[in-house]
Formats: sequence, structure tokens, C-alpha cells
Amino acid sequence: MPAYRPPRIAASEITPEPFFLDRRRFLAAAGGLVLGGAGVADAAELKASGSRYKVEETLTPEKDVTTYNNFYEFGTGKGDPAANSGGFKPAPWRVKVDGLVGKPREFGLEELLALPLEERTYRMRCVEAWSMVIPWVGFPLASLLDKVEPLGSAKYVAFETVVRPEEMPGQSGYFQPLPWPYREGLRLDEARHPLTILSVGLYGKTLPNQNGAPIRLVVPWKYGFKGIKSIVRISLTDTPPPCTWNLAAPDEYGFYANVNPAVDHPRWSQATENRIGEGGFFGSNRRDTLAFNGYADDVAGLYSDMDLRVNF
Amino acid sequence: MALVPALPKRFHGPSVWALYALGLIPAAWAFYLGATGRLPGNAVKEFEHLLGLWALRFLVATLTITPLRDLFGLNWLRYRRALGLLAFYYVLMHFTAYMVLDQMLRIPAIVADIARRPFITIGMAALVMLIPLALTSNNWSIRKLGQRWNKLHRLAYVIAAAGALHFAMAVKVVGPEQMLYIVLVTLLLAWRAVRTPFLRWKRQRTAGARSHTATQKAAG
Repeated sequence: MPAYRPPRIAASEITPEPFFLDRRRFLAAAGGLVLGGAGVADAAELKASGSRYKVEETLTPEKDVTTYNNFYEFGTGKGDPAANSGGFKPAPWRVKVDGLVGKPREFGLEELLALPLEERTYRMRCVEAWSMVIPWVGFPLASLLDKVEPLGSAKYVAFETVVRPEEMPGQSGYFQPLPWPYREGLRLDEARHPLTILSVGLYGKTLPNQNGAPIRLVVPWKYGFKGIKSIVRISLTDTPPPCTWNLAAPDEYGFYANVNPAVDHPRWSQATENRIGEGGFFGSNRRDTLAFNGYADDVAGLYSDMDLRVNF
Repeated sequence: MALVPALPKRFHGPSVWALYALGLIPAAWAFYLGATGRLPGNAVKEFEHLLGLWALRFLVATLTITPLRDLFGLNWLRYRRALGLLAFYYVLMHFTAYMVLDQMLRIPAIVADIARRPFITIGMAALVMLIPLALTSNNWSIRKLGQRWNKLHRLAYVIAAAGALHFAMAVKVVGPEQMLYIVLVTLLLAWRAVRTPFLRWKRQRTAGARSHTATQKAAG
């Protein structure tokens, strides 16, 4: 297994200063909108630099990315999140970062949006054997972690989704599919991996509510359920954090949940996947699933001493 | 006791054919939407799930005919064969969609699915059990098989239970929709256990009421 080498940033990929300053101006304007209480559900343009992390495959149409979602806080149907998230308020927003860190603190969304944003075009493989290719906008989780100075004792990162039953219909009523808040977790080295990002947008705009506005995790070599949405808290811990799906069905959803065509879900095969928005009704849109979702060169080294059948 | 006005006899036959035609509309409409790219997201899965759901609906409808007659005196027996056959057609289309459109005829993957995944094994078993029922859903078979026909067609109970279970086991979280079908099938099957004593009680009550009226008349 080749050792992981951090990518060199090509000079051509460094954002020119005018664009950079322009982005700040834009953000100041966006902040004004938010303070004015308007524009809650409207997507705003985001300025992001390119990156070397760009899958050379056809992008899944924006319409499919924003209408075919699993976000049980808004209902369990694929169309529910788009249909039921209109009343959700992604601004103002604060993310608390605490636990085993030197400088625990809260971050306002404006501050996070002011970080250098990159466009990352990743494959997204759902545990339900379907996939998409999505142009995310975000920043490496590592750059946020650096700001709070993790202690040497920190081994894991725990994440939590917001709980707002009044804005999230799946969180109220007689039938609630999961216990809230939705929780996820990563090992610290996974969390610090350059592929792991906190996303604040897709298709060049701020995240739609149904995709996890205003900020969500994207870990492209893991099944989609690891990508926790609408994050309000990030805690560093020394023990494996509880993860919602893992707790709900430990034999079906592992802590690692790395995309692995060789390890089936107990109820369906993971060897192939359906690419959403391609092929259509009669054409073939079923393709082979790749180990680590095609990111094996980047991440297989993280698991070199592990039996992936046991640690699925 | 007429909840619904009786249908004139000359419409009985045509109403059954109308049921077949109506019953196939959901499949035809969804196929049209799918084939013209109008089913959102994962069109094949949407189509496949819709067919499965309608199969389950027709299975439930088939089992509702008897309690409707027992409890409300509504005799819709003439529609039962059509409902049962519609259920069979939908299960068959559901499986075909899975095999052809979803799995693209990857036979080894399909065989592995059926053998290894309990919810698919159960679904497949239900389809297999439906075949003899569909083949004997005609007057000739009823005459030929006599009492054995009744025994054979009790498989419908097992099939409906398998269908509801298949639906519940296929999803990540059992929700209200899956619960609805589990409850409906449970109630319909439970009715079969209590219906003999119920019918006996009902007959006695009717007979009692009749003799009571007769006594009153005699006394008057």
C-alpha cells in the first residue's frame, strides 16, 4: 500500500486575490441578508476555488441531487426532504466544537463560510446501493479542527445534527424512525484526511435544506449515511462515538461503513450500484461498486492493519 | 341490510371486466411515466416498488371479500377471482421489473439474492405459491378439485402474510405504511379464526329473533 502523500497545490489552483476579496464582500452582503431575516430558503451563490479532487464522471443532475434524498428528520421517503424542509431555518447557525480540545468554542456560520472554500466533485455511494456524482463546496474538516487545537488524547470525532421538531416533521408525531439527535463519528485520522470535508454548498450555491443546510459532513469513501447533515456540534473524544444507524442495526451498519463491494449488506448486495439520473428506465445505469468508492489510493492505508469484513 | 344498492344482474359480468381494466391502470400509468423519463430519481426502483405495493393491496382486497359478506352482508364474491389474479399479475410484474430493469438479468446476482436475502426468499416463495392458485382460478378447476380447491386456496393466507413481511423486511425502518399492511393482514387472518363461531352466533340470533316475532304475532 503506497503511503499517503498530501497533494501539492498547483499554482493555477490558488484563488487570485481579487476573487478572494470579492468572496468576502459577497459574504458580508449575505450576512446582511441573514440579519434582515430574509433569504432563508434561497440558495446564494458561493465562490469556491477548484481542487484536484474532481471525479471525471458525468455530474448527477442538480434536480436529482436535490430531490432524491435520505434525511429522515424530514420523512423517510426519497422526496420527503425536498417536500417537507421548506420551513427549516438554516440561518442564523452556530456549530459548537468541544471535547478533548485546547480551545473549545462556537463558530458562527459566517465565520465558516469565510474559510477558503473549494469545489470537490465526489462520488456519493448510498448504503442502499445507489450513487451520485456531486460537486460539493466546502472546506477540509481538518482546517476547522486545527482552530480548536485537539489534545493528544483525542482519538475520535463525534457529530450531532440539530433537533428542531417544530421545523423537522420527522422529529415529531407518533412515528419517528430514529432516535434524535442523529449522531455520527469518525476516527481522528479519518476526520483529518484531506478528502474529508464539511460542505456548505453544492453546484456552486449554498446547501438546500434537504441536502443538510447549512453545513454537513462529506466523507466520499464511506456510505452516505456517515455524511451527517445540519451539524450543530462536533466533539473530540477518546472513545468511539455512538452512531445512529450503527446503534439502530449494528449487524447492518458498521462504525466504519467504508464502501466495500466485497462485503454485502445482510439484505442486499453491495457489489453494484444504480447511478441516479443516468440510463433511465431501460438503459443500464447499474455499475460495479469500487473499493472505498474509488478512493482506495487515497485512503486504503488508513485501514491497512484491519480486517474489513469484521470492521465493516 | 343493503349498504350498497344491489348491482343489476346484467352488469355483473361487465363489472368484473371493468375491475381487471381498472386494476391494471396503476401499472400501465407507472410504466408510461417510467418509459418517458417522468418517474423522479431512481425510476426503476420507483416502478418496482409501486408494482409490489399494488400486489399487496390486491392481496389484502382479495382477503377482504369474505369478512365483507360475513359482517355487512355484502356479496362481492364475483370480484374475488379478479382481485386474486390482479395480485398475481402485479407480483409477476414486480419480479420481472426487479429481474429485467433493476438487475439487468444478472442471473447469478438474482439467484444469490433469492438464496441469501431472507426478504427476497420470502417474496420469491410468495410468487411461487401464487402460481398454482392462479392456474386453478377458473370454474373448471373448482369443479375438478372440489373440496381440495378450498384447501389449496387457503395458501392465499400464507401468501398475504409473506407479502406484508417482505414489505416490512425490505425497508431500513419499519414505518406506518409497512405497519398498516401488517395490521390489515393480521386482522384479516384473525377473522378466519373467529368467523365460524361468529356465523353460528349470528344464525342463532337471527333464528331467535324470528321465533320471538312469531311468538309475539301469535300472542297478538
